[in-house]
Amino acid sequence: MSKATLQRRPLVKKILDGADDDLLVIAGLGSANWDITAAGDRPLNMPLWGAMGAPVAMGLGLAMAQPKKRVLVITGDGDMLMSLGALATVATQQPENLAIVVLDNEKFGETGNQATHTSPRNNGPTDSGAGTDLAMIARGCGIADSATVREAGEVAQLVKDARTKKGPVFRLVKVMVEKLEFVMPPQDGAHLKDRFRQALLGHA
Amino acid sequence: MNAVATIDWHDQIFDILQDHDIKQVYHVPDAGHGKLIEACQKSNSIRTVPLTTEEEGIPLAAGAWLGGQRSVLLMQSSGVGNTINLMGLTKTLRFPFLTLITMRGDYGEFNSWQYPMGQGTPKVLEAMGVLLYSVDNAAEVKATVDAAARSAFNGGQAVAVLLRQKLIGIKNFGKK
Repeated sequence: MSKATLQRRPLVKKILDGADDDLLVIAGLGSANWDITAAGDRPLNMPLWGAMGAPVAMGLGLAMAQPKKRVLVITGDGDMLMSLGALATVATQQPENLAIVVLDNEKFGETGNQATHTSPRNNGPTDSGAGTDLAMIARGCGIADSATVREAGEVAQLVKDARTKKGPVFRLVKVMVEKLEFVMPPQDGAHLKDRFRQALLGHA
Repeated sequence: MNAVATIDWHDQIFDILQDHDIKQVYHVPDAGHGKLIEACQKSNSIRTVPLTTEEEGIPLAAGAWLGGQRSVLLMQSSGVGNTINLMGLTKTLRFPFLTLITMRGDYGEFNSWQYPMGQGTPKVLEAMGVLLYSVDNAAEVKATVDAAARSAFNGGQAVAVLLRQKLIGIKNFGKK
């Protein structure tokens, strides 16, 4: 059973605190999308409403195109499990401006909190996973700076690492299972893309 | 040997990618695209990214476009099926997308395992709203890829160029 004590909403709010034009954020579908939006919707957020498995590769393409900006990918364990190979692809490029933060509550939140593979083994007939360690996978893929965050006392360092540490940085954050309000950004993908480019490039 | 057979269409595609200011090239290993991939890897103006699966190429292209750069995905028809779900991003976000696809399971293919995805490739791409260009003649590669790049980057479309097996040559593993 998950013994996580960290709450995702205040944590994401701290990570994004004081976000300026140099911070480009991509969030995976579902909870991570609502989390970054709860911290304050902004044009340089790209919150995904679908495209499961896309955020890490999208963050890499963006990080390579904008090497002087900080690119932060925030997503969940279910989304990350769908695109493990993207971590190896990130490692081939070693983007110094890319940080990936995976909020791991060991559940598929969008479909009713079924266990993901990061849930422990032998956790009952309906709630067992494999104890999959995504930070170890990221390190094994070639992202040397990969670590797991579990305690409130580690959050300040997590924020610094996500915002400023030389990348690629991978942080797995064990968070509680919570029922939270949906805080939704605009849904239209073309609008989200255009406002992002307008803010970043001055034209859509 | 006639004049057409001496056209180096790989070099021509490389030139067109440069003409259209392509900065990121995503690929899996591929004999058909091999010479083009090597030219891109040696280029100072293009960044090449090897993928673990073709699917990664779609969000990579979306991310590059968000950041103001143009890209292209090089793959075989056998990889097209891996991209289909995320190919929907090209419609949802409406961003320019270009992929060049070397066909298998096409003209004279010897490997029966290549036929299902090869024959399905045009249909599934069409189903996802991707605009198709097809070329089986070396003399038309340059103009076709150029037109496809214009449709993508000027016209804002998701575009695939099918480089037919008749163009690439039949892979026969020593069989006659």
